[in-house]
Amino acid sequence: MSKDRFSANNEIASPVIEVSNFDFYYGSVKSLNSVNMKIKPKTTTAFIGPSGCGKSTLLRNFNRMNDLIEGTKNEGDILLHGESIYRKDLNVTELRSKVGMVFQKSNPFPMTIFENIAYAPLKKGIKKRSSDLTDLVEESLRGAALWDEVKDKLHKSALGLSGGQQQRLCIARVLAMKPEIILMDEPCSALDPISTMKIENLIAEIEKDYTIVIVTHNMQQAARVSSYTAFMYVGELIEYNSTTDLFSNPVMKQTEDYITGRFG
Amino acid sequence: MKLEKTYTYLLAFSMLCIILMVLGIFTIVAMNGLPYFWLKNVAKVEMTDGKVYYGEIAGVNPKAENGSETKLKVGNRKIYGQDFLRIKDSEIKSVSYPKEIIMLERDEWGNAYGIISDIGGKEFDNIHSSVMEDKKEIMSLEKGRLLSINEEISKLNHRITKKSETGLEEKLEKLKTESAVIETDLNSKREQALIKTFSLVLADGQIDELKYYDIVKKYQPNDVSLAGKIWISVKGFFEFIFADPRESNTEGGIFPAIFGTVILVILMSIFVFPLGVIAAVFLSEYAKEGFLVKLIRNTIYNLAGVPSIVYGVFGLGFFVYAMGGSIDRIFFSDYLPSPTFGTGGIIWGALTLAVLTLPVVIVASLEGLKSVPHMYREGSYSLGSTKWEVIKDVVIPNAMPGMLTGLILAISRAAGEVAPLMMTGVVKSAVALPFDSSFPFIHLDRKFMHLGFHIYDVGFQSPNIEAARGVVFNTTLILLIIVFALNLTAILIRNRIRNKLSRSGV
Repeated sequence: MSKDRFSANNEIASPVIEVSNFDFYYGSVKSLNSVNMKIKPKTTTAFIGPSGCGKSTLLRNFNRMNDLIEGTKNEGDILLHGESIYRKDLNVTELRSKVGMVFQKSNPFPMTIFENIAYAPLKKGIKKRSSDLTDLVEESLRGAALWDEVKDKLHKSALGLSGGQQQRLCIARVLAMKPEIILMDEPCSALDPISTMKIENLIAEIEKDYTIVIVTHNMQQAARVSSYTAFMYVGELIEYNSTTDLFSNPVMKQTEDYITGRFG
Repeated sequence: MKLEKTYTYLLAFSMLCIILMVLGIFTIVAMNGLPYFWLKNVAKVEMTDGKVYYGEIAGVNPKAENGSETKLKVGNRKIYGQDFLRIKDSEIKSVSYPKEIIMLERDEWGNAYGIISDIGGKEFDNIHSSVMEDKKEIMSLEKGRLLSINEEISKLNHRITKKSETGLEEKLEKLKTESAVIETDLNSKREQALIKTFSLVLADGQIDELKYYDIVKKYQPNDVSLAGKIWISVKGFFEFIFADPRESNTEGGIFPAIFGTVILVILMSIFVFPLGVIAAVFLSEYAKEGFLVKLIRNTIYNLAGVPSIVYGVFGLGFFVYAMGGSIDRIFFSDYLPSPTFGTGGIIWGALTLAVLTLPVVIVASLEGLKSVPHMYREGSYSLGSTKWEVIKDVVIPNAMPGMLTGLILAISRAAGEVAPLMMTGVVKSAVALPFDSSFPFIHLDRKFMHLGFHIYDVGFQSPNIEAARGVVFNTTLILLIIVFALNLTAILIRNRIRNKLSRSGV
């Protein structure tokens, strides 16, 4: 075999995130097994694989959301700009405002649309009722292609929006934080095709400014939105390559079986 | 399919039973209480032996021992010894309703029935209303300025004798002079008011010399139209709510008891809600699940079942004696041995009720906290919130409906409790309210009246139970209405918040 199944790791020269020999345990169950990968800045990377393969677990380690679950532990390291996110003096809340996250199920807070977007900026010290804040809210909503739909009801409850709008609101909420990286954990799995398309277009739109890592069950989606794709299976990174290569010319048999729909 | 229908009917039947029970309680209480506001006609009853009575016919008992009996409310305990007379129907010669009979509501000795012959109705009303004005002035002077001067004098005396402070004598003298001036003024006013009398011709022809000062109200029931009677009843109902009690609580209104109950419940809510919520937040969000936390949680569940009298004893020992006693020793040592806070008071009653209802609030708050969707917490954390920010911004607001449910249950329970209050400060009569216009305006050390205790006291401890029946039932009615109103307020607040949190509130 001349081709490397991790050729993406060789191609990416200055990664924003670098995972090295990373193991992760839920209690005594090992769910990630010595993962090594690099994430390219200002690009979209997709994680695919069958349920329970560890792709969400890996994603949720990038902003240490797994800290919230009791009884987890990890070995190896994850580096953000070359610095460990597991070092002792790291401020986790700061990490999370640099690495934003969009969840599988949209979770706007039961507040107004404006308050939802303003939630993170207000904590960073932007003054309430300042024009900076209103500008930022508008910019974020425009960034998430939601402005035109909600500009007349900014002060109505966010829970009145449709599922797709709510998910874009969650993206806008993350954008308002001005993060570097946006993690998306199956963001379209609860949405209809039109809403899904809107979110995919949105990803293509913001990709030039943000590093996006997306977990998806939908291989067409991965093919559509990402430049690099990682295939994972039972806690291991099986293959990591540019999306075109991985889908057209998979190196590993498991990858081929999965993308051709033989299992998963 | 058939069985399913049976179950549905069973559920509907249970529901119906509950609704009927609630309505039943309300109806029985209202039916027994409200008729007392109705102005009854006054009968002139002539007996075969020549005696004549004026009075309201309060009921007929056809199965009495010696044949049918009529219960007649003749009032005037000074003459008859009691409010009600039982007379044999066989001895009644005639019953009539002469228009000129007057009914007088008085400060003591019960109602008086008779005929005023020496003065015209208009003239009577004029003198009476001017005397009433003087009476009001006298009362307000007594309760207001005079009371505060006397309090100040006793404070100064303490400072002079106990702390041997000097230079206060002049001030003391000045106050004493002022007090004397007011007192003289009061006495002359009172004398002037008391001197005015009129004569009432009683049923048997006796003449009773009465003072205008003692008359609360004059009616001529047999000469009042139906509309007039309805108006008087409605007025009577509102007077019952807004007036002070008279004649050891069997007459007049129940305002101090209503005020005491409402303030007590509000104070209790102010104490219990934050405390319960904080305890629940700590238990569910911060405490590490382990043996100790489990033990504490189960203890709290069990505390909800402790009889209220036990809390009363605890309140007396801990709040009144230990805490109140310490406050007295530290801040009010000048006044010892007479206690200031070291005796029952509304604050201790409220704190005791707060302890009593704390388990309810904690349990409901824990449930509320548990029901906050995990995705809200995750969302907040992922936006760079600290743990406290997550709790403050997302968890507590979303758990608020559950927490308020706890408060609603606590209010229901607290408003009806009497036993613990009897040890921590409720009294039969406390006309001085916990809030008034004399400095420092809030007197949480004062004893208070309470509707629940009022029912017990008037219904079972009163010297004149028969005359007090109306007060007992109507007090019960008011208590039910107040509990209902307090609950309704809390429920409305909860629903507003719940609407805001759900899709329907858009």
